[in-house]
Amino acid sequence: MNVREELMEILEDLHPEVDFETEDALVSGKVLDSFDIVNLVTELDDAFDIEITAADLVPENFDTVDGIAELIMKRMEDI
Amino acid sequence: MTNNVLDCLKLTADRLPDKTAFSDGRTNLSFSKLQSASDSIGTTLVKKGCKKEPVLIYMEKSPQQIAAFFGVIKAGCFYVPIDDEMPASRIDLIIKNCNPRFLICDESTCEKTGQLSFNGDVIRYDEVIKTNADENLLQTIHEKALDTDPIYIVFTSGSTGVPKGVVANHRSVMDYIAQLSEVLGFDEDTVFGNQSPLYFDACLKEIYPTIRFGATTFLIPKKLFSQPKNLVEYLNEKKINTICWVVSALTMISAFKTFDIVRPEYLKTIAFGSEVFPLKQYRLWRQALPDTSFTNLYGPTEATGMSCYFHCDRDIEDGEPIPIGRPFDNTEVLLIKEDGTEAGEGEEGEIYLRGTCVTPGYYNDRERTDAAFVQNPLQHAYPEIVYRTGDMGRYNHRGELIFLSRRDHQIKHMGHRIELGEIEADVSSLEEIKICACTYDRDRDKIVLHFVGDIDKKTLIEKLKGLLPRYMLPGKVINLEEMPFTANGKIDRKKLEEMK
Repeated sequence: MNVREELMEILEDLHPEVDFETEDALVSGKVLDSFDIVNLVTELDDAFDIEITAADLVPENFDTVDGIAELIMKRMEDI
Repeated sequence: MTNNVLDCLKLTADRLPDKTAFSDGRTNLSFSKLQSASDSIGTTLVKKGCKKEPVLIYMEKSPQQIAAFFGVIKAGCFYVPIDDEMPASRIDLIIKNCNPRFLICDESTCEKTGQLSFNGDVIRYDEVIKTNADENLLQTIHEKALDTDPIYIVFTSGSTGVPKGVVANHRSVMDYIAQLSEVLGFDEDTVFGNQSPLYFDACLKEIYPTIRFGATTFLIPKKLFSQPKNLVEYLNEKKINTICWVVSALTMISAFKTFDIVRPEYLKTIAFGSEVFPLKQYRLWRQALPDTSFTNLYGPTEATGMSCYFHCDRDIEDGEPIPIGRPFDNTEVLLIKEDGTEAGEGEEGEIYLRGTCVTPGYYNDRERTDAAFVQNPLQHAYPEIVYRTGDMGRYNHRGELIFLSRRDHQIKHMGHRIELGEIEADVSSLEEIKICACTYDRDRDKIVLHFVGDIDKKTLIEKLKGLLPRYMLPGKVINLEEMPFTANGKIDRKKLEEMK
């Protein structure tokens, strides 16, 4: 399973009712609220063995699935 | 003696008319503007014939919403805040419970009022504040007010699926604010950063000390609570020195290593609610802010707000919960065992609260009021109502009160008090559901819904969104072939908890 697929699985578990493929304003459109983001990041850290920190937690990184996947891959390169 | 919250507002507005009382970054409301806006609202309500009755406040979180609260109190009535985040079905239950004749809305909620089951008079904030205030009229009402008159109703989760409306009055709020302010050292120089929504009692901690002392409260934009760096920068920019937040908001900052990039520069006082503060995160905060005071607070809505405190002025040992400490002055904790007698040293008992802070009870709900607001079990000579919290506690060897557990299925999740039974009642109301049960996964802070029935998770969550507030939605859904039962026929919750 690649990063994007695994990410989709985590997202769908978090909010089974959201169509993540087509959403392009997850944070700015309030699909995900603050506590969702915190939950999501905690799961991503565990699942991908990465460390997402305060500087990464900006809406730009979390508005689309591709954006989140990109952030994960960037952090995976750090390790 | 000042025994009416409006006296606090008047004294402060006379003394510091131009100082900012409440700000959300867009609107700054000074004390004199707060006073005049609420005078206009009060006057309008009285002239419309509104009297000693609940008034719905359906507005976006803003300084104006707080002005509406005080306007309602000035009319001798009590405010009932509802919010966009509440699903329509829950708002309808609230309307059904208090049967209000008046509702105050703003630009953002005006259109949506048509979707509510509300048939009364809809008043728009931006229009009503143009009304000329009739000071004599308001003065007459003020003079007749008693400190036992209600000032608001806030709704809290109820296990049968119907929320309970806790009614608080002038005296319970005045007593609470006096004790809380003494414990946390609020004064005119206090700059609050408010996190909690305005439709819970949690926001009393900022609103009422602000008008009492002439302090200032910033209503922090909700979106910042997922942007820790921007949040801390906001605290610094506004020179916020006092925060009373839910634990999850604090851990969000520490867990993402925000302190490596930026630190709060002005914070002197941090208070947190009755949730467990993970020790690792707590220590990160202490390390980052060694000169800041940290206080753990505990208390139920039914006793107005917080009732106990613990100043974290000693090291907390590994595995030790942060104590809830001791009651505020003028409040007593009774620890009562199952047989109705007082728990002895080191013994476990249910926490009962006694004092002026105990509210009159639940609105239009005699049965549930009588179950929780009961005669003091330790004396039977005269009528004295105390509040049964349902929380189990014990004193440690230092004499500090420790919270142990709940007597029932109530949980604390993201700062909200939730009856798992309420979620179950709503899930069961769906025809596709045969049986369901909720558990709480404390390690991952998730509400887990287990169900047997013919519905896919996506449709289920979509339907639940129409019934439950967002913070009550299950974080994980498990579809079971059959529900496990214990030998005596009850749902086996232990087994369910192991399934996570």
